[in-house]
Amino acid sequence: MINLLILPILIPLLTAILLIFIGKFVVLQRIVALVSTLATLIASIVLLFTVKNEGIQTLNLSNWTAPFGITLVSDMLSVLLVTTTSLITLCVVIYSIRSIGVERERYYYYSVMQFMLVGVNGAFTTGDIFNLFVFFEVMLMSSYVLIVIGGTKIQLRETIKYILVNVISSAIFVITVAYLYSVVGTLNMADISRRIAEINQPAILTVVAVLFLIVFGLKGAIFPLYFWLPGSYYAPPTPILALFGSLLTKVGIYSILRTYTLFFYHDTGYTHQLLGILAIITIIAGVIGAIAYWDVKKIIIYNIIIAVGVIAFGISVMTEESLKGSVFYLIHDMIIKAALFLLIGVMIKITGTSDLRKMGGLIKKYPLLGWTFLVAAFALAGIPPLSGFIGKLLIVRGSFAAEEYVGALVVLMSSLLVLYSVIKIFIHGFWGTPKDFKNEDRQPVHFLWFPSAILVLAAVFYGVGAEYMNTLISQATDVLVDPTIYIDAVLKE
Amino acid sequence: MEFLMAIIIGILFASAVYLMLSKSLLRIIIGTGLLSHGAHLLILSMGGLKKGTVPLLGENAKAYVDPLPQALILTAIVISFGVTAFFLVLAYRAYQELGTDNVEEMRGNEGND
Repeated sequence: MINLLILPILIPLLTAILLIFIGKFVVLQRIVALVSTLATLIASIVLLFTVKNEGIQTLNLSNWTAPFGITLVSDMLSVLLVTTTSLITLCVVIYSIRSIGVERERYYYYSVMQFMLVGVNGAFTTGDIFNLFVFFEVMLMSSYVLIVIGGTKIQLRETIKYILVNVISSAIFVITVAYLYSVVGTLNMADISRRIAEINQPAILTVVAVLFLIVFGLKGAIFPLYFWLPGSYYAPPTPILALFGSLLTKVGIYSILRTYTLFFYHDTGYTHQLLGILAIITIIAGVIGAIAYWDVKKIIIYNIIIAVGVIAFGISVMTEESLKGSVFYLIHDMIIKAALFLLIGVMIKITGTSDLRKMGGLIKKYPLLGWTFLVAAFALAGIPPLSGFIGKLLIVRGSFAAEEYVGALVVLMSSLLVLYSVIKIFIHGFWGTPKDFKNEDRQPVHFLWFPSAILVLAAVFYGVGAEYMNTLISQATDVLVDPTIYIDAVLKE
Repeated sequence: MEFLMAIIIGILFASAVYLMLSKSLLRIIIGTGLLSHGAHLLILSMGGLKKGTVPLLGENAKAYVDPLPQALILTAIVISFGVTAFFLVLAYRAYQELGTDNVEEMRGNEGND
């Protein structure tokens, strides 16, 4: 069973290739995409329990022993993220069946989505820094196609900016890996960590750390590198937006979490303080955007940026409690952002507009949708016992303990404003006098509601079952706090 | 030799930045090409330039060249090749659809109210 951890990468890859060949048979495509995503999810759940019981799983590809070949590493953090990713993709596939339209489905929509799953799962699983770059590129290439698929004017225009930003950040990624390689002479992440510990992190590594922050900050949308995100994410249709909003930025954040806890933990004075300051400004900038707009898509998009700031702040504090909070919040945010995007997607389908001022009174006709949205909104803002609460509580407690009062207060204040921004959607979209919307009756509302309800339910269980999740997340955090666990598991000494 | 490489890489990066700051889409794409070339050369020089013979078994030399950077560059070249091809097609399609290759005229404000 040692090959288990490659399955969440291999299943979508093979499916993606298969889907290209059956590109013109839409119904068959849907079935294959659903079955394979379900299989990916099951494989990752099996992997989750294997990691829980037997500890970190590693796989040396082609039997090259650890520091020389490419190693895949599944610790608790990566397997939790892989499982969440597979769950979200499954729900998005279900949602897409009735909403994305046959035209896009014919142009290899499902196939590209599977390729993206390969990239995201691979980036979470790999234990090799250059391989991380490769999986980033797999993920980005598919995201270029997904963002432009359909070829409307706004999509073409925004894709050009999106690609340009990402090409530049990829070039910086290559440069950073080159610098790192010239200092430590290895690419295996565990081996890098060990060698940095041996040479006691000289000053050049601070440069590398900041470069990594720029690269991953561009992907993860940290201030001041988030400028491209609101425009680009606005362009594609909602299922793709849900996929982007919940997965792509989180891969960037995961990479910051991994590199900053595994590589650059010796001298945290400069790098982590920089991350902390940027995180606080990110939260503030995101909050301003979330409050300012009257467009439902924009409001939730700016909420991505707030969440990124909160998680990054937890990482920058670097105590066990705050890291645990970050991991908790990371997974919560992936689930709840996907759920919220799908829910506002249903709203946009019904009303035919994303402008809040033209909506109203939806709860009369769609009570179920309304209450699901309210639960999701409360979970996002972190009202106990829903899922956002525990993560934020841990981050705030950890930062108070580390005497980072400003950041802790900003995180607390941001929760209130996040609540305001989503309740604004609820009040103006669901309350008020019902309006007549064109084409309203022809939309498959209940079918679209169903996958978002699964995600909201997952978020509720994640919050209520925090006691059980706590054992898993503690196991994930142990590796972050003590890198030797990771190193020993990979290099087997 | 490393010194010379550093200067070449610097020139490549500078021209890439210059091209990417222009308004024409085609110049921007050429700029991204130059940028990735600079990055590839940087990997090559970071691994150390020619120090010994080829890294083959049976070549009983005292020093070998580090083969890893070459493998990395190969991967990076393939990726940047793919991205550039995609970018070119996208630029052509955008030109057809939007009627301009000037990024200045590609601004829009849908959803920005």
